[in-house]
Amino acid sequence: MSVVQHHVGRPVSDTKAPDVALERRWDERRFTAKLVNPANRRRHRVIVVGTGLAGASAGATLAEQGYHVVQLCFQDSPRRAHSVAAQGGINAAKNYRNDGDSVHRLFYDTVKGGDFRSRESNVYRLAEISTQIIDQAVAQGVPFAREYGGLLDTRSFGGVQVQRTFYARGQTGQQLLLGAYQALSRQIDAGRVEMHARTEMLDLIVVDGRARGIIARNLVTGQITTHVADAVVLATGGYGNVFYLSTNAKGSNASAIWRAHRRGAYFANPCFTQIHPTCIPRSGVHQSKLTLMSESLRNDGRIWVPKVQGDTRSPDQIPMDERDYYLERMYPSFGNLVPRDIASRAAKNQCDAGFGVGPGGLGVYLDFGDAIQELGRPAIEARYGNLFDMYQRITAEDPYQVPMRIYPAIHYTMGGLWVDYDLQSTVPGLFVIGEANFSDHGANRLGASALMQGLADGYFVVPTTINDYIGSNTFDAVPAAHPTVQQTQRDGQARLERLLSIGGTRTVDSFHRELGLLLWDHCGMSRNESGLREALERVPELRADFWHSVRVPGEGAELNQELEKANRVADFLELAELMLVDALVREESCGGHFREEHQTAAGEALRDDARFSHVAVWEHGDRPVLHREELTFDHVRPTQRSYT
Amino acid sequence: MKLTVRIWRQSGSGDRGRMVSYAVQDIRPEMSFLEMLDVLNQDLITNGEDPVAFDHDCREGICGACGVVINGRAHGPEQTTTCQLHMRAFRDGDVIDVEPWRATGFPVVKDLVVDRSALDRIVQAGGYITAPTGSAPEAHAIPVPKHDAELAFDNATCIGCGACVAACPNGSAMLFTSAKVTHLNVLPQGRPEREQRVLDMVAAMDDEGFGGCTNTGECVKSCPKELPFASIARLNREFLRASR
Repeated sequence: MSVVQHHVGRPVSDTKAPDVALERRWDERRFTAKLVNPANRRRHRVIVVGTGLAGASAGATLAEQGYHVVQLCFQDSPRRAHSVAAQGGINAAKNYRNDGDSVHRLFYDTVKGGDFRSRESNVYRLAEISTQIIDQAVAQGVPFAREYGGLLDTRSFGGVQVQRTFYARGQTGQQLLLGAYQALSRQIDAGRVEMHARTEMLDLIVVDGRARGIIARNLVTGQITTHVADAVVLATGGYGNVFYLSTNAKGSNASAIWRAHRRGAYFANPCFTQIHPTCIPRSGVHQSKLTLMSESLRNDGRIWVPKVQGDTRSPDQIPMDERDYYLERMYPSFGNLVPRDIASRAAKNQCDAGFGVGPGGLGVYLDFGDAIQELGRPAIEARYGNLFDMYQRITAEDPYQVPMRIYPAIHYTMGGLWVDYDLQSTVPGLFVIGEANFSDHGANRLGASALMQGLADGYFVVPTTINDYIGSNTFDAVPAAHPTVQQTQRDGQARLERLLSIGGTRTVDSFHRELGLLLWDHCGMSRNESGLREALERVPELRADFWHSVRVPGEGAELNQELEKANRVADFLELAELMLVDALVREESCGGHFREEHQTAAGEALRDDARFSHVAVWEHGDRPVLHREELTFDHVRPTQRSYT
Repeated sequence: MKLTVRIWRQSGSGDRGRMVSYAVQDIRPEMSFLEMLDVLNQDLITNGEDPVAFDHDCREGICGACGVVINGRAHGPEQTTTCQLHMRAFRDGDVIDVEPWRATGFPVVKDLVVDRSALDRIVQAGGYITAPTGSAPEAHAIPVPKHDAELAFDNATCIGCGACVAACPNGSAMLFTSAKVTHLNVLPQGRPEREQRVLDMVAAMDDEGFGGCTNTGECVKSCPKELPFASIARLNREFLRASR
């Protein structure tokens, strides 16, 4: 294959951000956005898919505003969405420390951290809203860490030099999610949210070019149901599980956004995936998922490898001067707190060069020896106790005595459905929030920013902008007998029946593992043209093989976990191809997208702003169509990122 | 390792269910318990049998989705979630019994999967603070003493897995409910609703068919998040205070 399998379409642009000073844009948009009379809101139904931070906060807020909300999650309870697993913290420009933080600095850090591939308008709004999120969470009873005076404690995180990260031990995501879940529970009890747990979206219903509902499967009975509404909000998270092994929950999937993409929603920057530097290395071929150790550990832990390749001595037998604290050596001003993409790649380079430790040499040390000596074990226990326990449970090694071993793993996807400033996709009436959209993190997300974005989108942005959409449009009733509704339902049913009828010889997991390995090797921490082309030939073959020889036992009208998985993997097999095409077309390195052909002499990512200062926005078709959204930087001057 | 696992199989709520014995091979000590079940399921599918249904999601001990009774103990021999139990806790040749949570409040859906939505309904009855979304006072307006914040956190750490109910001889949900009541009632933000909260949540708990608490303490022995036993006493105190 010598030419790229895609077409080029017309550029797209964000027409919703007001053309006023950066600081006034959100204020202006809130003023220009149409309002919906509170008495009329209950006549409008809004579907929210997903109950993570973005979905739960959006559902609770829309219901509180008076909309009739229909909400779904595939888990048995909305409290289990994978936001629950976020450990480290949430950023906010409160400047409680008086250490020079400000909205502008958080904005600047996020744009820079994203390697200048995000939209200034969106990121500024995120920074602006960040302070209100903390207020909201505290009012809900989220038990953040506090100082003895009763005020909130903060800590620092990768990629920044101020202490703006609020936290609740190592369970910040859980506590923020429970806050949102409880707010949602209050609305469920009030009858304003119709909650469907163990229910998975199968497809989007698009009538006259607008999103008017979804079809879904009750995962217990297998019944396929239709839900019609005036607007649909997808809060279904990222697609990191396309790699099979990731830090995502086993059920996390891309089906909602991928089905929406096939129905007309453009997909932005699919190749922008984040590899998290501090995960527990895999222990064998049986591995079913990877576990992250919060990046906050890098505040007190020091990362090193032996100076000699293949050194098999136990770490306590390696004297100080025979250790290479390579991050501190290479990046003296940020040290162990460089952004995730840089820390991950540095670890990979050390291991590739033979300095890695542990089984297969796929690990580096994260050592708390100095911190324990300096601060005492109780202080370290108070900060990271649960993380140390988790590490010990999984590896059977005591990190108070022996340095942790860590290795990078797929953690987050910056890419997602394209949205404008209103968080509306290219399908009118379809809004996309949280990790499911592409909006705020550019080519690399800073730590403690995912929680911030999910809650900003859900509590503050979409409840405002959806009013404008609903207030500006009229909505004729869409009856269940509408031909489009009927057809969408038949399509979904037919696909499940086809999966059940193949009756092949290979399990769903075996295909998923093979796909994941292929992507990890060719579209993971570093990518090159020949590898991407090779994978681009292999993925369609694997997909064909899947549809020919997968084995899905059981029936459709029952709890059938293999059918659920098969339906998700079928979508991953399509999404993977778009990721590869996107990675191939972006002939530059930026953030988490590292093309080996494009690096500085020091091995750092080398951007090409002249050709690639844009969002790659893909339209679905027999061959994907590339639309570009040019990025303009009026307030932050793109520079070669430097953390030395 | 080679093991024999005897697993509860039940096709649905209408089926009576039975224990079925399976041999599993090539189990390594560093595998998680759920990865052992994965191995079994891959074999079952390949051999044309129906795989064992079980709930799981994050597999890192925080989402609360997983949970089975292993050799008679909720979540098995170590006080952790089922997903964080590793096969190094067992020995070659062991026979392991695997059953679903058994409680009136948790009907079996299929095999090892149960319906725990009753816990959600207890929270819906009052396990929240009525803080309107979208506007809130400045976070530092009300300082919270560190001790209270820590106590609130110790209770808020509950993952809603339901092991406490499964372990309780009465099938009581007291530990779950008391943890949420304590988390919210101890904070200044939660004080205004403190009486109504405890009354409504206890009423919801009773409505769902959970048994009464007789302070046997089995719940805290199985709780992967080590929720404090004292929270049950706190709930009782809050309840009495509210009932005066």
